[in-house]
Amino acid sequence: MSVLTFKGGVHPHNDGKDLSKGSPIADYTPQGEIVIPLSQHIGAPASPLVQKGNRVLVNQKIGAAMGAISANIHSSVSGTVKSVEPRLVANGEKCLSIVIENDGLYEKVPVTDERGPEDLTKEEKINLIKEAGIVGMGGAGFPTGVKLTPKNADEIEYYIINGAECEPYLTSDYRRMIEYPDQIIKGVKIVLSLLPKAKAIIAIEDNKRDAIVKMKEAVKGDPDIAVKTVYTKYPQGGERTLIYALTGRMVNSSMLPADVNCVVNNIDTVYAIYEAVENKVPLTERIVTVTGEAISNPQNFRVPIGTNMAELIEAAGGFKSQPEKIVCGGPMMGTALFDLNIPVTKGTSALLCFTRDEVREQEPSNCINCGRCVSVCPGRVMPAKLSVLAENGDKEGFLALNGMECCECGCCSYICPAKRNLTQSIKSMRKDILADRRKK
Amino acid sequence: MSEMYHVSSNPHIRDKTTTTSIMLDVILALVPATLFGIWNFGVHAALNVGVAIVAAVAAEWLWQHFTKQKVTIRDLSAVVTGLLLALNVPASLPLWMTALGSVFAIIVAKQVFGGIGQNFMNPALAGRVFLFLSFSQQMTTFAYDGVTGATPLKQLKDSGEVTGLMDMFLGTEAGTIGETSALALLLGGIYLLAKKIIDYRIPLFYLLSFVICMILFGGHGFDVEFLAAQICGGGLLLGAFFMATDYATSPITPVGRIVFGVLLGILTAVFRVFGPNAEGVSYAIIFCNLLVPIIEKYTVPKMFGAVKKKKEA
Repeated sequence: MSVLTFKGGVHPHNDGKDLSKGSPIADYTPQGEIVIPLSQHIGAPASPLVQKGNRVLVNQKIGAAMGAISANIHSSVSGTVKSVEPRLVANGEKCLSIVIENDGLYEKVPVTDERGPEDLTKEEKINLIKEAGIVGMGGAGFPTGVKLTPKNADEIEYYIINGAECEPYLTSDYRRMIEYPDQIIKGVKIVLSLLPKAKAIIAIEDNKRDAIVKMKEAVKGDPDIAVKTVYTKYPQGGERTLIYALTGRMVNSSMLPADVNCVVNNIDTVYAIYEAVENKVPLTERIVTVTGEAISNPQNFRVPIGTNMAELIEAAGGFKSQPEKIVCGGPMMGTALFDLNIPVTKGTSALLCFTRDEVREQEPSNCINCGRCVSVCPGRVMPAKLSVLAENGDKEGFLALNGMECCECGCCSYICPAKRNLTQSIKSMRKDILADRRKK
Repeated sequence: MSEMYHVSSNPHIRDKTTTTSIMLDVILALVPATLFGIWNFGVHAALNVGVAIVAAVAAEWLWQHFTKQKVTIRDLSAVVTGLLLALNVPASLPLWMTALGSVFAIIVAKQVFGGIGQNFMNPALAGRVFLFLSFSQQMTTFAYDGVTGATPLKQLKDSGEVTGLMDMFLGTEAGTIGETSALALLLGGIYLLAKKIIDYRIPLFYLLSFVICMILFGGHGFDVEFLAAQICGGGLLLGAFFMATDYATSPITPVGRIVFGVLLGILTAVFRVFGPNAEGVSYAIIFCNLLVPIIEKYTVPKMFGAVKKKKEA
């Protein structure tokens, strides 16, 4: 079978997946305080439904979606609300959060609806997905209910399930595919019932052979679901690059996948859809890969949302050597943390503890115009030129060279032999321009 | 747990290739041609290579030291410049002239424009052309086996007859230190291509357009022997693989590199056929170096998912 891919991208020299890929998903039960931020998604923050002193149960809705693009928030533990106050989250900002004193009983909200997906109408299924607060779990956190109800739902041809997991070190999606293939397929079928014309494609990178085998077995020859092998290359699992690899269709920064009749979901998102529609369970837990050279026992944990990251590191045996840098997410697109007192959210795929900071070690030197950044850029722009324009604050020039097409994947900075901070400067400029646009 | 960790924007990992490792690969790729040149022309060639490198590195160090800049000789780019310059001069050139060429290349062509990556003209070629204009007598005196004579390319131009094609391929003939052996240069070129240090587009389109132009107006039509002699003779291969591919002075865009290669081929053929000299590689490359900004301007890559802009009424 042919291996599909896109033009550009990089092959990180150490994919680090061996550290944790062999460790099965382990449940971690936190003690004490749980911090659940009300904004774990793109769009408006949810508004709190509980107050200090209220008792909450597992799966209880504690934050209500506000407006069209937003998501509900549910409690992941049972206990008493200690406070509703701003708390530090992974991006370095403070976000209004519900702080719950966990009573350790894990008392659940009873499920009353026992109908299976086949007994539910389309609207009921969509409602369950929206109610469950599901958002894209690959990191971006776009509300899934909105994604699955595009204006042209009847015209969608491809439902793409992203199992590429192209970021080095991450193994949470891999473990999900190995351990829960049947549930993923059930989730896929639920979504296919919402998109009448669509065929599903599950895309997996060719370095995860056993996951490909497992998923193919689970599909059992269903004509509407295909498992396709994509080439192991970063950012193969980017939405735009994945759509291109599988369908040859191109989506630029001002388009949505639905414009080319595609809908893309991450593997873990599909699992959450299954849980919401089949078991009527909202999204209150996720798999977090705790790994890196500084961690004693790298592992894949299933943790309640709101679990403290420092606790997770202790659960993985603590540090075996002094970490230099701790990253929430993958090494290419993740956020560096300055403090570990941060809660796991719906988009937290990994906690990486590096013993050395490659960015700090290498001082940038002059651009030698080698063109490597141009050849790896999946957006086909010129990072070297854009970063000069960004550093000089030339917004017009930046826009003229298609600067907004940058997806901030980090390939240009990764490959640069002069170790220039290309992605970093382009990212700041994009942020500036987006802020200007919002002002207007 | 309140100690602070390093924080920076993504990505958090970097490729192992550095400017220094790239320069080291270029030096390695030049080793066959350098060793062959020394074997072919003797001790004075070796001295010229040594002097050119030392002078280039020393010039860079002195300039950066006295202008209070960060000294960057460790990136090995000055070594590459010195080595390339040495390979572009006759073995018999007086050592002080070679040293002067290196100093000119580093200071005038490279450092005054801001150092590595900022020069608009290939420093080694600028040094060569500077020597050629200043000391044309010494720069065009080619001795081989103690006999001073014309290079095979010059003979070809004057007589129109191909002599000793095999010598031209192996390099056992008169010429500058590093340009004679097509075989050694090809080895180095293949190494650079295999390690993806250089983009295949520039040498491929340079050689292709050169051959096509030679067929069209070289005066010999489709004469395989004549074309082979034109490719092996002179500095074409050295230029195509090592000089035209210089990062700072070639376009950054993929299409731009094709345009650059094609222009180089045309100009080299025009200079060789219609010019007074047998050789035209240096001038072709230097002239095209000057066109790089304009080539880049008109060859901006088409962005991913570009849609034709609708004309607004």
